[in-house]
Amino acid sequence: MTVTSASPQNTGLMRTLSVLRDVVSRPSGAIGLFLVVFHVVLALVSPWIVPYDYKAMNSAMMLTGPEATHWLGTDHLGRDVFTRVLLGGREALLVTGIATPIAVTWGGFVGILFGLIGGRIDEVLMRVVDAFLSLPWILKMLVLIVTFGTGIEVLIPTLAFFYGIPVIRIARAATHDVVARDFVSAARARGHSRMTIIRHELLPNVLDTLMVEGAMRWSWMLLAFSSLSFLGFGVSPPTPDWGLMIADARGFMSFAPWGVLGPVIAVSSLIIGINLTADALAKALGIDRAQKAPV
Amino acid sequence: MTGPLIDIRNISVGFTGKSSATLPVLRNIDLKVNAGESIGIVGESGSGKSTLALAAMGYLKSGLRLMEGSVAFQGQDMFARTRTELEQIRGGELALIPQNSGQSLTPTLRIGAQLVEALRLHADVPEAQYSAKAIELLGQVRLPDPAAIMTRFPHELSGGQQQRAAIGMALAGEPTALLLDEPTTGLDVTTQAHILELLRDIARDRGMAMVYVSHDLGAIARVCDRVVVMYAGEVVLEGSTRQVLKTPIHPYARGLLASIPRLSDPRLPVALDGRPPAPGGAGQGCSFIDRCALAQDGCRTSRPDLERLPSGEAVRCFHYQEAHQLSLTGSGAIPASLDGASPSALHLDYLAISYRRPGLYDKVLGRDSAGVPTVDGIEITVAKGETLGLVGESGSGKSTILKAIAGLLPPSGGKITVAGGQALAPEVEHRSPDHLRKIQLIFQNPDDSLNPRQTIAQILEQPLKLYFGLTGDALHQRSAEILDRVRLGAHYLDRLPSQLSGGEKQRVAIARAFAAEPDLVLCDEVTSALDVSVQAAVLDLLNDLKATQGTTYVFVSHDLAVVRALSDRVAVLYQGRLCELGPSADVYAMPSHPYTEVLLGAVLEPDPDTAPTLSADDVVELSPPAQGCPFQRRCPRKIGRICDTDTPPWQQGVKDHTIKCHHSIADLAAAQAEGAAGQRA
Repeated sequence: MTVTSASPQNTGLMRTLSVLRDVVSRPSGAIGLFLVVFHVVLALVSPWIVPYDYKAMNSAMMLTGPEATHWLGTDHLGRDVFTRVLLGGREALLVTGIATPIAVTWGGFVGILFGLIGGRIDEVLMRVVDAFLSLPWILKMLVLIVTFGTGIEVLIPTLAFFYGIPVIRIARAATHDVVARDFVSAARARGHSRMTIIRHELLPNVLDTLMVEGAMRWSWMLLAFSSLSFLGFGVSPPTPDWGLMIADARGFMSFAPWGVLGPVIAVSSLIIGINLTADALAKALGIDRAQKAPV
Repeated sequence: MTGPLIDIRNISVGFTGKSSATLPVLRNIDLKVNAGESIGIVGESGSGKSTLALAAMGYLKSGLRLMEGSVAFQGQDMFARTRTELEQIRGGELALIPQNSGQSLTPTLRIGAQLVEALRLHADVPEAQYSAKAIELLGQVRLPDPAAIMTRFPHELSGGQQQRAAIGMALAGEPTALLLDEPTTGLDVTTQAHILELLRDIARDRGMAMVYVSHDLGAIARVCDRVVVMYAGEVVLEGSTRQVLKTPIHPYARGLLASIPRLSDPRLPVALDGRPPAPGGAGQGCSFIDRCALAQDGCRTSRPDLERLPSGEAVRCFHYQEAHQLSLTGSGAIPASLDGASPSALHLDYLAISYRRPGLYDKVLGRDSAGVPTVDGIEITVAKGETLGLVGESGSGKSTILKAIAGLLPPSGGKITVAGGQALAPEVEHRSPDHLRKIQLIFQNPDDSLNPRQTIAQILEQPLKLYFGLTGDALHQRSAEILDRVRLGAHYLDRLPSQLSGGEKQRVAIARAFAAEPDLVLCDEVTSALDVSVQAAVLDLLNDLKATQGTTYVFVSHDLAVVRALSDRVAVLYQGRLCELGPSADVYAMPSHPYTEVLLGAVLEPDPDTAPTLSADDVVELSPPAQGCPFQRRCPRKIGRICDTDTPPWQQGVKDHTIKCHHSIADLAAAQAEGAAGQRA
């Protein structure tokens, strides 16, 4: 056991740093984190580095294959696919980047609360959650989107709401493990309020699980967003978006596969990157039940 | 075969640490076990005793590796054998009985099936006789109705029965040597005493060698011929049980013995301060130097060798000839005690607690499902400044009572009143801030009662903010003061619980309770997760705080000697009912209730000259009887029907000594005297 001394503010920071170092030291973490950072940076800077205007159509060059001037060829309207792939993640990252923290926050809070309350109320509410989860997500979301429209202002709350529900389950399960421990009983016996117990005793111990869960939810949400766009309920044309691009190009897939391949590789690499990072994070935080150090 | 059965030569075992240096867990250990011999390995947690026992099987936990030396069983190197050979030996000739048999038995297989498997793999018995042989083995480990036990699943057996079944499995391969890793830790005193007698008898009858690993010197004294004392991965003392326990010549062994509370000694045990070095942390010199009273400059620069003496002992100390200067018994303080009458600090008025609540079906059917309450009829008054000890075996309801007082478990009947006659609200949520502050609870295991994500400062600040509204500098200063009161420096404030040793963590938990400036502190097995040497320090601290703060304690423990060391009065519980209540000195000098007699008789002293008295059988009862005396089913002095039907009355003894029995105290004393005379005759 190493005994290090640090001020209280530093203890948290030091742990974050050491976890980060651990994540990067694992192959899955290094590759995953690289992919995620790569995509995020690209989404931020792409408007300034793209070679063409994403709207610029060219009737003379429709569905041409990859070549020196158009690295990934052109689509059925003669637009540069490479440009559109570079820009196509911006909406997805923006929407999911805002919706994921909201989902984890509200789902986490409700889950911790259920876990703390326990007993029959918790059982009944969890059965409601189960019933809700048993419905296909796409149906539930389509109902809301068809009712309220497809703008960002509808997509973000919709995704955040639906993706917060599975977080409830995870947060509740993690809380159940913590609630049974004596330090929570000690806080109860001292007479702390429920909110204090959640904030000081439960949240710090559930946070690790929530972070990993958040990363997983993010990748699912990206998939959902792309699916919605694919179905025409996400981003409206002509704004480039991976899901939409795949939908547009799939008709020509047999003779112009580059139109599909570009966005598919982009969205897959981002999702794989997030999953690999989540995996490494779980291992670094010790949530994953892998081998631990001896003694 | 000539030569020792197990021959461990100069082994060192280590693991690769963070800095990629190899850190030793065992250092240059020699150990020989002859056929039929029983050897005890003692030491504190982390001393490497379990690692050594497992190494004798040729097994190392993952991450550990053999750095040097050899281990031979029946003359052949265990680490050079093939996997198939090892599988043959392990569980066959050389069997292991682990600490927690409940976990080592397969939960989904019946006991019979597990025994048959052990027989198929290791025994030389025709298949048709497996089941008869299995029943025979269960009979040998003295399980009642072996044929019925065969069809049970492990969870249907009590802890003691599981341990017996595990011993039965180990015997299936007719082992010549048995390795036991803390086999009775976690069992009740009476059960432990019975298991140890069983092991003694089996080893003697079969001429089997035993390697008995334990931190409990009482158990070692009972079963072992020779004892090896380990410290920081080294053997520091080896000798016959009598030599090691009666006249130990190593300072560590003497310190360890002095730190054990004894039933026969009302004084507090002496703490062995400090902690052993972490693996790789021992310097060039003696590893015990930081805690040794005899240490001199020479001890720091060179490491003493294990010196073999003509007396048959081996000792690793330069100054062993002076070791006899160190006291072996508690020269510690006499516990602070109460003088004169004092107002009541806590009164339990016919407290009853029931875990089971009426379910939906019971309500619909109008059934009275609460049944027999887990705890019932507890009537005790605790005077201000007094320490009341609550003792009993697991399931006696002692922790349940503490939880009820703390408001974590609302009672189903009766009342709890505090000083001034105010009744406490049953649930903690409805108690006044003043009541909340005045009653504090300290838990058994500090690993569980301290939030691993909070620094010590954050942990201590919680009660200070809640009860006194302190902030800023005042808060920080007060935290440091409180930490100082439990003899920890202010530099601990910034640490996380994981950076502290077990004893330090428990001190922080105590500090947190005392931060509230409580009137009443409830201690729930506060020392049972700690090493003996640390336990003494915690007891000493609690005693000090009581003297300076005038705190009232309710002290729960299954360890009768620990309770004796701290309590003014003691209450003995069985199945959630009071059996005996009186001043500690009287109860321990003259245990009157038949249950108290059984309980105290089963306590093992770290002294080879004492033997436990085993009167009642070690049946574990799962629920109290619906009427009559709670001890009716096990009582060796049962009168007859009256015990089954009528709740026993309180019988008055001298002073405040009372028991709840149909016998009078005088009758019981006469019966005990007669029994003792009968044994002598």
